[in-house]
Amino acid sequence: MKLSVWTYEGPPHVGAMRVATGMEGLHYVLHAPQGDTYADLLFTMIERRGKRPPVTYTTFQSRDLGADTADLFRRACQDAVARFRPEALIVGASCTAELIQDDPGGMAESMDLGVPVIPLELPSYQRKENFGADETFYQIVRTLAEPMERTARVTCNLLGPTGLGFRHRDDVAEITGLLADMGIEVNVTAPMGARPADIKRMGAAHFNVLLYPETGEAAARWCEKTLGQPYTKTVPIGVGATRHFIAEVLALAPEAQAPSEAGLRLPWYSASVDSTYLTGKRVFLFGDATHVIAAARIARDEMGFEVCGMGCYNREFARPLRQAAKEYGVEALITDDYLDVERAIEAAAPEMILGTQMERHIGKRLGIPCAVISAPVHVQDYPARYSPQMGFEGANVIFDTWVHPLVMGLEEHLLHMFRDDFEFHDGAGPSHHGGAATPRPTSQGAVEEEAPDQVRGTASSDALVWLADAERELKKIPFFVRGKARRNTEAFAAGRGQTEISIDTLYEAKAHYAR
Amino acid sequence: MTRMAPPPGSGCRDIPVLRERGQREVFCGLTGIIWLHRKMQDAFFLVVGSRTCAHLLQSAAGVMIFAEPRFATAILEETDLAGMADAQEELDREVARLLERRPDIRQLFLVGSCPSEVIKLDLGKAAERLSREHAPHVRVLSYDGSGIETTFTEGEDACLAAMVPVLPETQARELLLVGALPDVVEDQALSLLSAMGIERVRCLPARRADEMPGVGPETVFALTQPFLGGTRDALMRRGARHIAAPFPFGEEGTTAWLAAIAAEFDVPREQFEAATDAPRDRARRAVAAATEMLNGKRIFFFPDSQLEIPLARFLTRECGMEAVEIGAPYIRQDVVGPDMDLLAPGPVLSEGQDVDLQLDRARAARADLTVCGLGLANPLEAEGLATKWAIELVFTPVHFYEQAGDLAALFARPLRRRAALKLEAAE
Repeated sequence: MKLSVWTYEGPPHVGAMRVATGMEGLHYVLHAPQGDTYADLLFTMIERRGKRPPVTYTTFQSRDLGADTADLFRRACQDAVARFRPEALIVGASCTAELIQDDPGGMAESMDLGVPVIPLELPSYQRKENFGADETFYQIVRTLAEPMERTARVTCNLLGPTGLGFRHRDDVAEITGLLADMGIEVNVTAPMGARPADIKRMGAAHFNVLLYPETGEAAARWCEKTLGQPYTKTVPIGVGATRHFIAEVLALAPEAQAPSEAGLRLPWYSASVDSTYLTGKRVFLFGDATHVIAAARIARDEMGFEVCGMGCYNREFARPLRQAAKEYGVEALITDDYLDVERAIEAAAPEMILGTQMERHIGKRLGIPCAVISAPVHVQDYPARYSPQMGFEGANVIFDTWVHPLVMGLEEHLLHMFRDDFEFHDGAGPSHHGGAATPRPTSQGAVEEEAPDQVRGTASSDALVWLADAERELKKIPFFVRGKARRNTEAFAAGRGQTEISIDTLYEAKAHYAR
Repeated sequence: MTRMAPPPGSGCRDIPVLRERGQREVFCGLTGIIWLHRKMQDAFFLVVGSRTCAHLLQSAAGVMIFAEPRFATAILEETDLAGMADAQEELDREVARLLERRPDIRQLFLVGSCPSEVIKLDLGKAAERLSREHAPHVRVLSYDGSGIETTFTEGEDACLAAMVPVLPETQARELLLVGALPDVVEDQALSLLSAMGIERVRCLPARRADEMPGVGPETVFALTQPFLGGTRDALMRRGARHIAAPFPFGEEGTTAWLAAIAAEFDVPREQFEAATDAPRDRARRAVAAATEMLNGKRIFFFPDSQLEIPLARFLTRECGMEAVEIGAPYIRQDVVGPDMDLLAPGPVLSEGQDVDLQLDRARAARADLTVCGLGLANPLEAEGLATKWAIELVFTPVHFYEQAGDLAALFARPLRRRAALKLEAAE
């Protein structure tokens, strides 16, 4: 048993639902107890779909347990086929149905429903949502796709986008446009938007573009082995990765041409002087491995940040993430426990967090700016406006998204200049964060207010004691760099075996770490 | 005593109910935790279940999950499924860890789920053992919130029913209000009763463990929610007596509910009127303002919370709506009978669900407003039907006089919005 409040991923059958909901003409019969239909609202509310997910639940209840549930399942299959007339059916069990051992796959296959039936084995007590999506898509492709003659023109398939994917809708549009610019047509995009009939003709493409390894890698590997289609290894998130991806595509399709970079603005924005203040901002990255690995590269090479921590919640991708983390000189954090993430963030004391919805809330609690780079996300991250993460427009979107939560250069400069000003004092915060500027407390009040802080300050580290003067001096440092100053000073003092921190220690540390 | 106008005809207590079985688009009882834990301030709800259960709570709790909530899931893993004895030990360990981290917790509920029920993990025994272990500081109880046993609000019923057997015995003649109401609503109810001269009133659930009411043969109780049939039975087993009444929605429902209690306590007519006349008048005026939009409109209820019948009674009698179908997950006549008596015959009453068949009926009826869950709301809107999502009716203060206008407004708002939006392309 594992105590859990927040889960980064749902159970694997939710992954299967993401595949089914992304597709057209496919229906999912899910052997599940009453109540599991809650997952419908992820699609109808968070993703704001105007259609019910194509899922029929058996919704067995207590009184059905026993021989009845198998019959219930058979009837659900018949009703679903009669009502929805799908081109293919996927069938499986949710976590509870897994325990009652009705074998949905076997039953459905023996029923002669008149459409292909694809049984799913999703071990609910070992695996999670992303596995469920990957496995489901793989089983669908394995059952339906066949080797066939390649299209006359160079075409490729886009693999991995699903229902409830973070920015999948716009990523597909962006990459489809990028490939069109290169003279390459998309044969089939799947699972999102594809019908079973489309899956059948996937073999006609010359190669595959694997957009999301989490949800498409098993299918991509199968296509490579069985259909002889190579697939791209670079996920085109960020300028460098997109250029790398283009090079990969050009190697697979030599007759294609390089696309235009006319709309790309990130490099100039990042080079412009107002961005100088971004240099060395310490960022902590967490999310699914694909987005974290991509974000780390953008953060360091394209934004000039320092990556001070990175991790992912999907342990299937622990290895590539560990490898990437090594490159940035940090230890990878592989966990699906948000308390671990919170502790790691507190310890790293970053100036910015790039994470999931969960990290957004951790950031709020710790007072650290945060931008969302990965699922799980909430309704606000299924925006109405065009907002890809991939390709050149994706890079523009990322620049804006990441910079907005930070104090902009000019504003940071003003905060430095006027830090004793009544409107720019510590407690005021940046003007665009919604906190109304509160007047600086009068000197009398200030002294009283600082008192409890000193107590906390002295207790901040077991061995180290901040002297009152040094603590006061620390408070004069702008709030957005104070965490770093405190950490650096304590590390500096500890390194020299000092137990007390004075003003001198503070400034010696500052000189020591000066860059 | 104040009399209510009888309904046209004989009410709908005796009309045949359409009973359906099939796919049910409803929440399981675990969802009750989301509002119960807000009400019981020193209680913690530990679901013993799967990742699906944790995911459900997270999806239903929305952003609330980040405010150090007092609920969590002990997620069963492969090893727990292998051997039973092991699972009990695991549970003990997780509970010990939890209580160590949260010393403010005085009541712990072990909440059963579908997986824990199917593997027959004995949470009742676990609760007894853990209660002994952590006495006297923490009391551990268990109830079943699984989808195979409970639908949505029935989770609250199961929770309260589990508390009834361990409530202290009392011989006092007290009134017990049963049902978790928002604090503001509970306070209004208590002050109305006090104005009627009824002072010995207790609430189940109480806000804190040490305020839990007693129960005994002199206890009389009134339900504030229609989904508490199991709690009603448990209280009656302890000798308490149920004051049957329509539920306190709208001016009329609140007055009828108060009147039933007044009759039980022999409150003089003048005192009843002195206590209720002013708020009744306020409620009538507030409902009238929202009712303009609702008058003459047709409404269709999908089953969700068991609030459907009392709400349909309010909307048809006080807001001038016409009910087409009133679906409820369960209909217990001994609980909602008084509301059914006041509901004019005409609408289809349905119990249970086959969602695809019911959707066919809803599409054929094309009611002006369809009350349904979040899984159906947007798809029906996309088909051109105005909807009101039902779960809000459980979270929002809607009972008694002061909320009567708000309650009507909840139903009027989607219609007002539809009228306000002009999104078609310009000619």
